[in-house]
Amino acid sequence: MSGGSYYVPDQSRFPIFMAVSLFLLVMGASSTINNLDDPTSNSVYILYSGFACLFLTMFFWFRQVIKEHLAGLDSNQLKQSYVYGMAWFIFSEVMFFAAFFGALFYVRTLAVPWLAGEGSKGAAITAIELWPAFESSWPVMTTPDQGNEYDLADKSMAWPGWSKALLWLPLWNTIVLLSSSWTVHLAHLGLKKGNRKKFNVYLGITVLLALIFVGLQALEYYEAYAHYGLKLNSGIYGSTFFMLTGFHGFHVMMGGFMLAIMLARSVFAGHFEQHDHFGFEAASWYWHFVDVVWLMLFLFVYIL
Amino acid sequence: MSAVIENHHDDHDHGPAKGITRWLYTTNHKDIGTLYLWFSFAMFLIGGAMAMIIRAELFQPGMQIVEPEFYNQMITLHGLIMIFGGVMPAFVGLANWLVPMMIGAPDMALPRMNNLSFWILPFAFFILLSSLFMEGGAPNFGWTFYAPLSTTYAPPSVTFFIFSVHIMGASSIMGAINVVVTIMNMRAPGVTLMKMPLFVWSWLITAYLLIAVMPVLAGAVTMMLMDIHFGTSFFNAAGGGDPVLFQHIFWFFGHPEVYIMILPAFGIVSHIIETFSRKQLFGYSSMVWAMLSIAILSFVVWAHHMFTVGLPLAAEIFFMWATMLIAVPTGVKVFNWVATMFRGSLTFETPMLFAVAFVVLFTIGGLSGLMLAIVPADFQYHDTYFVVAHFHYVLVPGAIFSIMAAVYYWIPKWSGNMYDERLGKLHFWLSFIGVNVTFFPQHFIGLAGMPRRYPDYALIFADWNMVSSIGAFLFGFSQLLFLFIVIKTVMGGKKATDQVWEGAKGLEWTVASPAPYHTFSTPPKVD
Repeated sequence: MSGGSYYVPDQSRFPIFMAVSLFLLVMGASSTINNLDDPTSNSVYILYSGFACLFLTMFFWFRQVIKEHLAGLDSNQLKQSYVYGMAWFIFSEVMFFAAFFGALFYVRTLAVPWLAGEGSKGAAITAIELWPAFESSWPVMTTPDQGNEYDLADKSMAWPGWSKALLWLPLWNTIVLLSSSWTVHLAHLGLKKGNRKKFNVYLGITVLLALIFVGLQALEYYEAYAHYGLKLNSGIYGSTFFMLTGFHGFHVMMGGFMLAIMLARSVFAGHFEQHDHFGFEAASWYWHFVDVVWLMLFLFVYIL
Repeated sequence: MSAVIENHHDDHDHGPAKGITRWLYTTNHKDIGTLYLWFSFAMFLIGGAMAMIIRAELFQPGMQIVEPEFYNQMITLHGLIMIFGGVMPAFVGLANWLVPMMIGAPDMALPRMNNLSFWILPFAFFILLSSLFMEGGAPNFGWTFYAPLSTTYAPPSVTFFIFSVHIMGASSIMGAINVVVTIMNMRAPGVTLMKMPLFVWSWLITAYLLIAVMPVLAGAVTMMLMDIHFGTSFFNAAGGGDPVLFQHIFWFFGHPEVYIMILPAFGIVSHIIETFSRKQLFGYSSMVWAMLSIAILSFVVWAHHMFTVGLPLAAEIFFMWATMLIAVPTGVKVFNWVATMFRGSLTFETPMLFAVAFVVLFTIGGLSGLMLAIVPADFQYHDTYFVVAHFHYVLVPGAIFSIMAAVYYWIPKWSGNMYDERLGKLHFWLSFIGVNVTFFPQHFIGLAGMPRRYPDYALIFADWNMVSSIGAFLFGFSQLLFLFIVIKTVMGGKKATDQVWEGAKGLEWTVASPAPYHTFSTPPKVD
């Protein structure tokens, strides 16, 4: 926080607290997962304390950043750094999803047909005669080992045909999420015109739609487990389905949480100016990103 | 923070805080660079000690020192520690020290996140190393952690390994975002893209690669975690998945990772050769374009690590040719370095010795890489010591020599003192001889068919293994000399001038030696 034209910050305790929080979090997570079968294990408390420390540190860290911003300590250059930083962070998130989409494409177009004996590589695998009864299809409802190690599902989440389209949850999820992308954009337009009320109302609707989406997704998971027999361990279809939609759902929760914070900042503290509101803009970028990921999911996980 | 704010006066040339909190709470790019460099040195010595155990076991055929299970843990941890704890943090440390000074910036763009990126690492490696003392031992599946060795047959500590890779990745991504944003946003007026020093260019490209592939690694270990504990079947054919899928995802990360460990070296060597040739660097823009092409090609060559898994023929041919294409931009760089030296007024101070050795020995590693890229030949070489020789040639006299060269080259600027030239040269020659005696014979035993990752071998490989082990001990113990030289230089020595080297060009040589705690509080003039 020097004079001159450059920003040089003071020392800060937040990063080391954050590093310790992450340490507690991953130590707790590892030992909890390794001791899932052991009811006497109390390593889950390390995990909880990790989460608690993480949230506390983030709360105070962001509060500090906002305070510095309101005190006018941010140079235009630093503001620009935040913009670039958020853009590259979203790019890293894109690549994280790319790994899971890559896995989906690979198993759908190569691994599953090969396991069923298609192509020259498949012929070689069939010659071993591990699973002669397995036939290639997508969604894969029977695993190559015919449910020996894995649970077989009765029904998939795939497109049910036009006649049942209106009862199909993923369609409603798509409508909800696309609308929320639109409303967050309307909120942004409102803010840019200096219309605080419009901003608050549309941002509120967006957060509400985020909650509805998460609720519908929970309902879908319930149906999958309770009525379809589709589980995380239902072979590769269950694996890709739950991991892709699960990570997306987790990102929706994070994005919705960010937007809710922005709403609270606007309503209770009057934050964000007509021409200076990158905190909100970053959250809305994230929201649009989550929306695009959903469109990919809708296309490649549900429809095709 | 309050204590710091009270001490804070209007002058922004104030020095560092006192005591341990200077290092814990710092937001200064030089402090964080120093932390990174010392951390990587510590990891280099720990990973090196593991290499010594490996070479001691391989000194003679038969089992003498360690159990095979422990041997597997050693090779796994040696690889992971050297890559993620040694080479990568060393380059990030150099980027922290040098990038802001080279582009005329006061600090990194996001200084608090910079501190977080560093402080995650000691915790991540504490977790990784603590797995040695867990039930079932440390990860034992090789640094590439192929499924199903790392899933179905893994020791319980694999969970800790997975989460430590997660936070290492978070650290790398944050560090890389910081570097990209710094370079994009913090350049002094006049430092246009094509006027940037090559080290800055190399790090811009490296950081882009890091942001693109570290999340993919996170995806791979997440799938492992789910397969092990939560019943998914990504890497299990019985459920419709494929263990080869793991290799595809891993190497989609892994091959750009290889260039993450060599591109900054290219930048460093370009600076050093230019300085000690007392000439303009030959072919600046072709150097930039070569690095960009290498980075782009690195995304389409991953399957050359998996030629023997039974890929379709079309894939083998594609990945073979794409891989060989990388030799073109790499060749451009090697010829440019040679052309820079051609008819220059060369002197061979320690950094230059390391840089010239880099050019020669890295090229040897590159050429054995070309041999490995040829599919039918790779069927013979795959998983032999030839591969071990290849990647150690590009990583030890490649990446690590460049880091040592960088330390000798810039340490007068960092500490204000000249290192001991006589000891530096001694360190170079011991390392140079050690590294070649260690790894050159591994080409022979590899071509003769000795497989990697075994604690024992057939009698015909005995002689060259003994030679290799002797070289390894020589190289390993020479690094203690390096430690001594660095400490001696930091403690005192002949004062360095601001310019330090006669032929040195660039903004970092215009500031005092040692560089003041805050370098540029107003943008320097650059024409």
